Amino acid sequence: MSEPIAKYRDVHKSFGDVEVLKGIDLDIGPAEKVALIGPSGSGKTTIIRLLMTLENPTSGTIEVNGKNLWHMESKNGLVPANEKYLREVRGDIGMVFQHFNLFPHMTILENCMTAPIHVKKESKASARKRSLEMLEKVGLGDKVDLYPSQLSGGQKQRVAMARALVMRPKIMLFDEVTSALDPELVGEVLEVIRDLAKEGDMAMILVTHEMDFALDIADRVLFLNDGVIEADGPPSEIIGNPQSERLKDFLSRFTSSNYSHS
Amino acid sequence: MTWSWEVFFEVIPIIFKGMWITLGLTIACYLFAVVFGFFWLLLDRVPLKAFRWMIKWTTEFIRSTPPLVQLFFIFYAWPMVPVVGVSLNPFTAAILGLGIHFSTYLSEVYRSGIEAVDKGQWEAATALNLSTQQKWLKVILPQAIPPTIPMLGNYLIIMFKEVPLASTIGVVAMLHLANDYGAQYYKYVEPLTVVALFFLLLSYPSALLIKKLEMKFNRRFDKKYITES
Repeated sequence: MSEPIAKYRDVHKSFGDVEVLKGIDLDIGPAEKVALIGPSGSGKTTIIRLLMTLENPTSGTIEVNGKNLWHMESKNGLVPANEKYLREVRGDIGMVFQHFNLFPHMTILENCMTAPIHVKKESKASARKRSLEMLEKVGLGDKVDLYPSQLSGGQKQRVAMARALVMRPKIMLFDEVTSALDPELVGEVLEVIRDLAKEGDMAMILVTHEMDFALDIADRVLFLNDGVIEADGPPSEIIGNPQSERLKDFLSRFTSSNYSHS
Repeated sequence: MTWSWEVFFEVIPIIFKGMWITLGLTIACYLFAVVFGFFWLLLDRVPLKAFRWMIKWTTEFIRSTPPLVQLFFIFYAWPMVPVVGVSLNPFTAAILGLGIHFSTYLSEVYRSGIEAVDKGQWEAATALNLSTQQKWLKVILPQAIPPTIPMLGNYLIIMFKEVPLASTIGVVAMLHLANDYGAQYYKYVEPLTVVALFFLLLSYPSALLIKKLEMKFNRRFDKKYITES
């Protein structure tokens, strides 16, 4: 494996008295597709929120593309990163949220164009062109002038993906992106992610409860339990042939299938 | 008491002159309050706990004392304060007094608007790597301000109705003129009725206008969506 795109070293995270992550060591390869599974409260979402700089670690270090994420070099050694530094390193990371978090006062096209124009200082014409292409790709080319409130949940989530993809992240984080959707809308969102995964060059970390899906697209599955990574391996091994009792118990709650390829 | 239509029609043009002063003072006070309200909000973000604590109690103090007392203080007492004391003309004193008083309410309105914006909006803006300034200008304020428009409008009307307080420190506006007329001819009913009518004529249509604005903003995007996610 070449140089990892994301590197966690002994990362701990506490909220008040509760320690959510109890020492995470993790390397994510440049084009690796990683599914994070585990019971709620196990810390899966916190792992990716740390990478998106939405939370800061209590201790430990995280590197993205070789750059220290939450700390920067100074003449006194490593110090907590300031906003300017964070903006530099954050550019390689994109994220899609459970609740979409589209900007309701902007059209779908404006949702996609805002960051390229203001963050990457792209021309309006180029941002528009790329946004339209991306919206076309997620199957919403005919809806670009609508507002988010006029879309279904599945459509909103596809817009959210297009919005993140326009920024060309090297690593994309998916935080339970289908959990807030009606069951009949889950498929269209997973389809887009599946296509992205096939393209191959972008690393992806997916926090998910869709075991079939994880089995299908992930190169690697991590089972998180009580703030530690309990199992780490290819999906066929982790989901297909679980070893630990806790993992078996966790997987048994997903009754939808026998986790075989269809 | 006898009602005289003659007096009624005689005082209308006199009070009408005062109406412009009342309106001008209202607008000046309001603009002052709108800007100063933001100022309180900015001061409240200074990363120094003791300072924020002081600001919190200052605004609390201003809100909890009557505007009339504040007007009297600024006009009569402040000039006697050593070093910083300045003597102000009635109009300026009224703008300062009422402006500062209402700015503390407006800053609460702004705060409620900003806090109503979902946390996810900040996170999405961070994930897209917008700068702090861009987050405020492109994402948060465009969502925070429209829902506060009815409240901001209500404060404009409330303030309009508080402006006659300025007559107590000698601003010659509608109430003051009516009072003068009454004192001169010993006729109070007609001039004060005219003052009340002018207030009604101005504040009722304003209230309707604010309702209209509110509806217009609500149509722009489904309000439910904002509160949901």
